[in-house]
Amino acid sequence: MDPLILSRMQFGANISFHILFPTITIALGWVLLFFKLRYNATNDSAWMRAYFTWVKVFALSFAMGVVSGVTMSFQFGTNWPGYMEHVGNIAGPLLAYEILTAFFLEAAFLGIMLFGFRRVSNRVHTLATVLVAGGTTVSAFWIIALNSWMQTPAGFEMRDGVAHAVDWWAIVFNPSMPYRLVHMLLASGLTVSFLIAGLSALRYLKGDRSESMWKALRTGVFTAAILIPIQILAGDQHGLNTLEHQPQKIAAMEANWNTGPNVPLVLFALPDEAAKENRFEVAIPDGASLILRHSTDGVVPGLNDYPGNHPPVFPLFWSFRIMVGTGLLMLAVSWSAAFFLKRRHALPKPLAMLMVPMALSGWLATLAGWYTTEIGRQPWLVTGVLKTADAVGPVAGSHVALTLAIYLILYVLLLIAYLGVLVHLALKAAKDGDTSPLPGVMKAALSQPAAGE
Amino acid sequence: MSFDWPTALPLIFAGLMGLAILIYVILDGFDLGIGILFAMAEDTEQDTMIAAIGPFWDANETWLVLAVGLLLVAFPLAHGVILTALYLPAFVLLVGLILRGVAFDFRAKVPAGKKHRWNRIFFLGSVIASLAQGYMLGVYVLGLDVGLGGMAFGALVALCLAAAYAAMGAAWVIYKTEGELQKKAVRWLRTALVLTALGMAAVSLATPFASPRIFERWFVWPEMLYLSPLPILSALLFLWLWRQTFHLPKPDDRHSLMPFLTLAAIFALGFAGLAWSFYPYVVPDKLTIWQAASATESLAIILAGTVVVLPIIIFYSFYAYRVFGGKATDLTYD
Repeated sequence: MDPLILSRMQFGANISFHILFPTITIALGWVLLFFKLRYNATNDSAWMRAYFTWVKVFALSFAMGVVSGVTMSFQFGTNWPGYMEHVGNIAGPLLAYEILTAFFLEAAFLGIMLFGFRRVSNRVHTLATVLVAGGTTVSAFWIIALNSWMQTPAGFEMRDGVAHAVDWWAIVFNPSMPYRLVHMLLASGLTVSFLIAGLSALRYLKGDRSESMWKALRTGVFTAAILIPIQILAGDQHGLNTLEHQPQKIAAMEANWNTGPNVPLVLFALPDEAAKENRFEVAIPDGASLILRHSTDGVVPGLNDYPGNHPPVFPLFWSFRIMVGTGLLMLAVSWSAAFFLKRRHALPKPLAMLMVPMALSGWLATLAGWYTTEIGRQPWLVTGVLKTADAVGPVAGSHVALTLAIYLILYVLLLIAYLGVLVHLALKAAKDGDTSPLPGVMKAALSQPAAGE
Repeated sequence: MSFDWPTALPLIFAGLMGLAILIYVILDGFDLGIGILFAMAEDTEQDTMIAAIGPFWDANETWLVLAVGLLLVAFPLAHGVILTALYLPAFVLLVGLILRGVAFDFRAKVPAGKKHRWNRIFFLGSVIASLAQGYMLGVYVLGLDVGLGGMAFGALVALCLAAAYAAMGAAWVIYKTEGELQKKAVRWLRTALVLTALGMAAVSLATPFASPRIFERWFVWPEMLYLSPLPILSALLFLWLWRQTFHLPKPDDRHSLMPFLTLAAIFALGFAGLAWSFYPYVVPDKLTIWQAASATESLAIILAGTVVVLPIIIFYSFYAYRVFGGKATDLTYD
């Protein structure tokens, strides 16, 4: 088989598996800090129980993120040597700053966060939590800067086919970077709040009414309910930014074949790239013009303006709709759950049962969103600078096929194990309730007993 | 000679990358080694061994990301050449690192009945990762020769490195534990030292013959004279450490960190020898560090950050090690 498509599939598989875990750790770090600060303020040990339940999820997710991240750092060389050859002068420093300012910070203080509760003062333990949460966010900052630069490159010049940095400020804060960063951080917040709400709903269904369950459930539901409208607004702004800088991506997302006014919003269709038309189309008249140009006769770019230079339509059209659809479902579920928690101080059983699978809705929306933006960059690896096909390495297709197959098997097994542990942790927490043991040390002096012991 | 940034920067980055690799090999060496020794430990001992590395392994592995990252960002051409040539072994290394990295957490979090499975995965992942690193090193030393000779030499280095990691792991267990496990670790260390010494001797003998370039590099007068302290000092340290294993553990646990520090010194000496053999190449016989380097402006901006951040990283890494200093018996990894 073609090494290009195999390498793309392999990179796609690796990055998809990888992004699941940073998406959790970025926001979960801050949620843990919130639990910790509430504990510091109230001395209520239920906050600390919630902390210790979720710090386990954090540790496991972090480990999964680290090992799949190490894989990513090798991928550039093993499969895409052309990438660093052409744009290494830009990508290199951004990646280096990510490692230097974020990775070490997270890794060093994670140990203190996980095991140091009885070994350092409460203040230092809180500080370790702040540093780990900050580290994950800084890491997101650098990697989003690099990814956005690949989408909307700026601040560089080409010399002999190699990109050279001219203005680092323009490189880091390139046109799409602020939008993508906000969109991703909010996505992480939503993923985590739905995960917490979902697993807490599972505990609720198992009859757990402990204080730590309520605290986690409320934190998850209310955070989700607050973040989702902000995310919808941020996503809209991100889309307008894409319209300005990558109109061909918007054209493919909307499956709009011809540039013109009064473009409908296609709700359902099977885009057919060969025939350049949509089959089984269900559409709202003037919808796309209205959303993208805020006027019914606004001109929306069509694929006919970019012959041979636009991304594939079918995957973009559908991944975008999956993301938006999941987002709307998130809105409905989180607002109804928030309503019931606020007014009735209880969850109806059907809603709780819906919230359990919704624990993974953040993952689905995040992946669909990334597929939209990444496939939407094709056929370019770096828009207008480097084609994906020109970056692939000389490795034989059979080798790539072999490694891809093993990666896929490994990732599926690890994902099953990971989800199994999440459910196991939730069920164990449900059984123990407020009597779950706080982490103790046998022989060392307790530098700080948790309140209520 | 005036100071010339385009000449100096690649040199500085080669030094930084070397430092990152050395720190990685020493630090992740001990936790990979503990994974290798896992198969020989009892259930409760395994928990203590995990507790001895639990707070550190994440940060240890980050040095590999930094080393590969520096190769990637400072010598992008070399990164591509080396990793495409080592495509399959790099993949095997990654699978090993993935398995052992997640096993740390899974073994502590799964229902009790499934713990054994993850213990085995932890052992296997550690062995696979160590062997793959050794193999990659061997093939790299021979200038990325992937012929039959290169593979045989790679296999030899793989076994040697795995034995060396096991010795590091045993030394770390001596430092972090007490009682029966500590005594057991002393015996592990003795065995691993013998295997490492045999391996190192075999590798040292084979290297100059497998690689004529290194032969020329090593056996030229007067360089031979300047180089001679490296093997002599390493051999002396080896012998001394081996004799010490008959006196450990000492009363009041004196000198329990000494085996680890001695091994780290031996690693550093061996590493200096390797660096000498390659300079100025980053891909042996193919690319010098100057040919493979990124643009000067890009290196300068990374260096600016590194100079500020690296000391801070080293400072807080020390701090983290200090927080978890002492014996590991009272830590639980869950």
